[in-house]
Amino acid sequence: MIKRVHFPASPLPYLLVAPQILITIVFFIWPASQALYQSFLIEDAFGLGSEFVWFENFELLFEDSHYIDSFWRTAFFSAAVAFLSMSFALVLAGFADRVVRGATFYRTLLIWPYAIAPVLAGALWVFMFNPTLGIFPYFLRFFGIDWNHYLNGSQAMALVIMAAAWKQVAYNFLFYLAAMQSIPKSVIEAAAIDGAGPIKRFSTIIFPLISPTTFFLLVINVVYAFFETFGIIHAVTQGGPANSTTILVYKVFNDGFVGLDLGGSAAQSVILMFIVIVMTVVQFRYVERKVEY
Amino acid sequence: MIENRPIVTFFTHAMLILGILIIALPIWITFVASTHDEIRMVQTPLPLWPGDQFFVNLERTLFGAGLSGTENAPVWLMLLNSLAMALMISIGKIGISLISAFAIVYFKFPFRMTFFWMIFITLMLPVEVRILPTFEVVANLGMLNSYWGLSIPLIASATATFMFRQVFLTIPDELLESARIDGAGPLRFFWDILLPLSRTNIAALFVIMFIFGWNQYLWPLLVTTDTSMTTIVMSIKQMLEAAEQSPQWNIIMMTALLAMIPPVFVVIGMQKLFVKGLTETEK
Repeated sequence: MIKRVHFPASPLPYLLVAPQILITIVFFIWPASQALYQSFLIEDAFGLGSEFVWFENFELLFEDSHYIDSFWRTAFFSAAVAFLSMSFALVLAGFADRVVRGATFYRTLLIWPYAIAPVLAGALWVFMFNPTLGIFPYFLRFFGIDWNHYLNGSQAMALVIMAAAWKQVAYNFLFYLAAMQSIPKSVIEAAAIDGAGPIKRFSTIIFPLISPTTFFLLVINVVYAFFETFGIIHAVTQGGPANSTTILVYKVFNDGFVGLDLGGSAAQSVILMFIVIVMTVVQFRYVERKVEY
Repeated sequence: MIENRPIVTFFTHAMLILGILIIALPIWITFVASTHDEIRMVQTPLPLWPGDQFFVNLERTLFGAGLSGTENAPVWLMLLNSLAMALMISIGKIGISLISAFAIVYFKFPFRMTFFWMIFITLMLPVEVRILPTFEVVANLGMLNSYWGLSIPLIASATATFMFRQVFLTIPDELLESARIDGAGPLRFFWDILLPLSRTNIAALFVIMFIFGWNQYLWPLLVTTDTSMTTIVMSIKQMLEAAEQSPQWNIIMMTALLAMIPPVFVVIGMQKLFVKGLTETEK
């Protein structure tokens, strides 16, 4: 935590932490407490005054079927994104781990989508799936599928899931590959001598041994799908059609900045903060219990 | 490789190449779209092979009005805004995290742990969950439509502080003892010993933070209303909206390409540092 030897007390350490603490208070703690305070207020219809209502905003939210729907939609969305990108990355990492020569070459070609902003990933996919011009709808027509994510809610959902998962594959791949390469070769060789083939070794040795990484990535991917995919939703579907892709983060933004329902939006922010805090705690407990081989 | 079975090896490479092709397909289609003229880009099926209009589109996108019929800043200005924002965020984060980690590790002073936990809180509050009140603060401070408003609220970083704390804790105490015997004060020790020792960590963190800063979307969208402050990443959304009326996909995809080249270049060019930064900040 702290060095055994340290410098004598002086005003200097306060000056050194001052910039960080100042920014934290002004842009983090103060806004967060404002959100908490506003979540207990309801503004009147003209925006002239507001009334302290305790938990009424939260009660209203949990009675609101739109909010509950959005909650389940977010859960489905993040589960789908996490599953799709993690399984794809796991398979690729499993193959890359076997490569002796050219492993760096493959890694280079697989990690760069990490650098692409979510909104750009959204733009790329919306172009490929543009109902009138896009390449995929053109080919899908031969299979009798009429693609139009502007009208069809489940197609819109599929599109944002694909775009979000595509961007995240690079990250998962990197962590899976690092985890697999840290497994001692002797374990794998012992299994090979006992006659286990590549698939058997993967499913009975490699996959169980990297389970801490799987758990870690699961948390990271869910956080990603919850918060960082805002750009994808905003660029691709704007939450539509008919709210079919309105996830929680998008709803906070939409109700606050477009609908100007300050109390309701603040209450949603508070719930999201609570979710983030739970996930952060889960992640930190994992770090403490890291498995050693 | 444990066993030598050529068929398995061949299959491994084939699957990896297939994976790369699937991952690269959206980028290929984007690149192809940026090499055709706009007449070709409204005829189905769209081309899958590059045309010869790449440099024409590049020039029109960078220095022309961009999309016709919209009032956007020129793309070169957006790239400049993005660069300024990304550099301010990454350098600012590294600077304030370095000095606060130094204070927390090397000094014993009242409220040390209080400060530590205050920094920890920032880890739990991504900008997306507190947008409305943070926006109000920035508006009240008169920082809308400025580089300060774009970067300062994103500068506080718990991950960077934790990482530097970790790095400092691995530096042997004897270094500090000998530095003090030689008469070095805290600042001298920081500048002459700690900074050089954490150089690679700083570089690794810079790569991650530069990408983080460049790719910001929601925050610039709220803070900038003036078109001259638009960043390239947020301009894509406006172009997509305009595309519903007049599709100029060659220009839009060229802009998307320009927006992703700097961070992708950073990742590929500094791959070692990038991997180091990514694995160390998350654990």
